[in-house]
Amino acid sequence: MQISMTVNGSDVTSEIEPRVLLVHYIRDVLRLTGTHWGCDTSNCGTCVVLMDGQPVKSCTVLAAMADGRAITTVEGLATGGTLDPVQQGFMQEHGLQCGFCTPGMMLTSRALLDVNPHPTDTEIREAISGQMCRCTGYATIVRSVQWAADHPQGIHEADETVEMATTDEMDQIHARIADATGEEVGA
Amino acid sequence: MQIPAPFDYARATSVADALALLERHGPESRIVAGGHSLLPMMKLRLARPEWLIDINDLFELDFILRDGNQLRVGAMTRHTTLLESAEIAGLFPIFADAERVIADPVVRNRGTIGGSLCQGDPAEDLTTVCDVLRGEAVIRGPGGERTLAMSEFHKGPYETAVGQNELLCEIRFPIRPRSGSAYEKVERRVGDWAIVAAGAAVSLADDGTIDDVAIGLTAVGVSGTIAESEAVLRGEKPREDLFVEAGRLAALASNPIADQRGPIEYKRHLSDELTRRVLRSACARAAVSPSPTTQEG
Ligand SMILES: Cc1cc2nc3c(=O)[nH]c(=O)nc-3n(C[C@H](O)[C@H](O)[C@H](O)COP(=O)(O)OP(=O)(O)OC[C@H]3O[C@@H](n4cnc5c(N)ncnc54)[C@H](O)[C@@H]3O)c2cc1C
Ligand code: FES
Ligand code: FES
Repeated sequence: MQISMTVNGSDVTSEIEPRVLLVHYIRDVLRLTGTHWGCDTSNCGTCVVLMDGQPVKSCTVLAAMADGRAITTVEGLATGGTLDPVQQGFMQEHGLQCGFCTPGMMLTSRALLDVNPHPTDTEIREAISGQMCRCTGYATIVRSVQWAADHPQGIHEADETVEMATTDEMDQIHARIADATGEEVGA
Repeated sequence: MQIPAPFDYARATSVADALALLERHGPESRIVAGGHSLLPMMKLRLARPEWLIDINDLFELDFILRDGNQLRVGAMTRHTTLLESAEIAGLFPIFADAERVIADPVVRNRGTIGGSLCQGDPAEDLTTVCDVLRGEAVIRGPGGERTLAMSEFHKGPYETAVGQNELLCEIRFPIRPRSGSAYEKVERRVGDWAIVAAGAAVSLADDGTIDDVAIGLTAVGVSGTIAESEAVLRGEKPREDLFVEAGRLAALASNPIADQRGPIEYKRHLSDELTRRVLRSACARAAVSPSPTTQEG
């Protein structure tokens, strides 16, 4: 059968078998392998994509059911070469280790922030409760999402200095090094 | 890799179209709503329909509507919508209690009340909710529309009164004054199916005695509501010793099996304890709910 949908803003049309699952369509036909495929039983959430803006487990949706809908995968999070604040948050706060759960985690987080720009830690944990991370213990994921909530525009190359230590903090660091080593460092 | 066996797919454009498609493609055609019970079964080849009739475009079945002293809920209403509805939370707090612990938020974006009831999984939560609220199922088929009480709707595990060529369209709930309801579930981990869950709905008479009460248990082999426990409470003022007796009788009426979720004794204990808890909170909610004079038309 023929299906058409919007994937990350582009129209795609394909001839598929009705039994093809959305996760396989995205990975194998569209070759967008950022969407991961894990448990296959709607439990782990690594396959989460946004369908008409809502997170869904793409291993439990037929590609045919996505006909006519708008899909966003992790590849569609960045705009014009700038990472989404959620992606930046995962970098800043070490929201990933192996990265297997990360695409799903980031898409659910994006959808959460779209409707609730200032979630509590509990609300973040609730939103991602259908998704598993075997590495981080979730604490850094929650911090990553909070970082994105605190930086709704993200940070750009030009103002990256906001993340760097202030002059006072650098002076303190230099003083500590000097104390410990007896060597003068810094300006 | 789990992939369903081959099938053909059609997307219905209206209720009439869905019924026509079921008729045309015959006994091996099947409705798919959220697909979060059916697709996993198809992946495991526990179900092998030849045709899937997708009803996700039937927005006419996605509604929550107050109609006089009834609340009407369309079969395609998603778990998330039920959880977020202020109208439902006000009238039937048991829904929010249950929805909060059904699967996880992402699954709840897809799963529907119609799919849940038609799946008829013994551990499924909304069956108990609809049972104790004394819901009625509105079913449409080639012969027209029929309305069934929940007791007639359920035919046993994974079996309902909905024929292969029929569609569950909506569930209707009577709205009663001075009523309250509650649900409580114990699960192994967040998002899992119930080890045991209990639900209760009560309505109070003007003098504060219990006018009507319904108690149900999930995942312990009880079908319908538990008459023995209800009889203890009816006509009495809500009291802790009655809740305790109702819990004891509910545990006796339960018929759990031992499985990976726990042994029989544990499940009976939960049946008792959870029945008491939902009765306490349903009665407390009923006591503060609007009486007929304060209720808007
Ligand atoms: C990981 C996971 C955890 C879950 N945990 C829970 C839980 O804790 N508690 C719980 O209650 N549920 C749980 N569920 C089930 C979830 O609630 C399902 O979404 C629900 O049972 C089925 O709804 P659906 O819309 O997806 O139905 P579908 O899978 O689309 O359909 C189920 C069955 O109903 C039929 N059907 C659907 N709609 C209609 C209709 N309108 N008329 C006639 N027939 C119809 C279909 O033909 C099929 O036979 C879980 C599911 C998953 C995947
Ligand atoms: S692969 Fe879809 S939930 Fe795990
Ligand atoms: S980072 Fe490894 S599973 Fe989450």
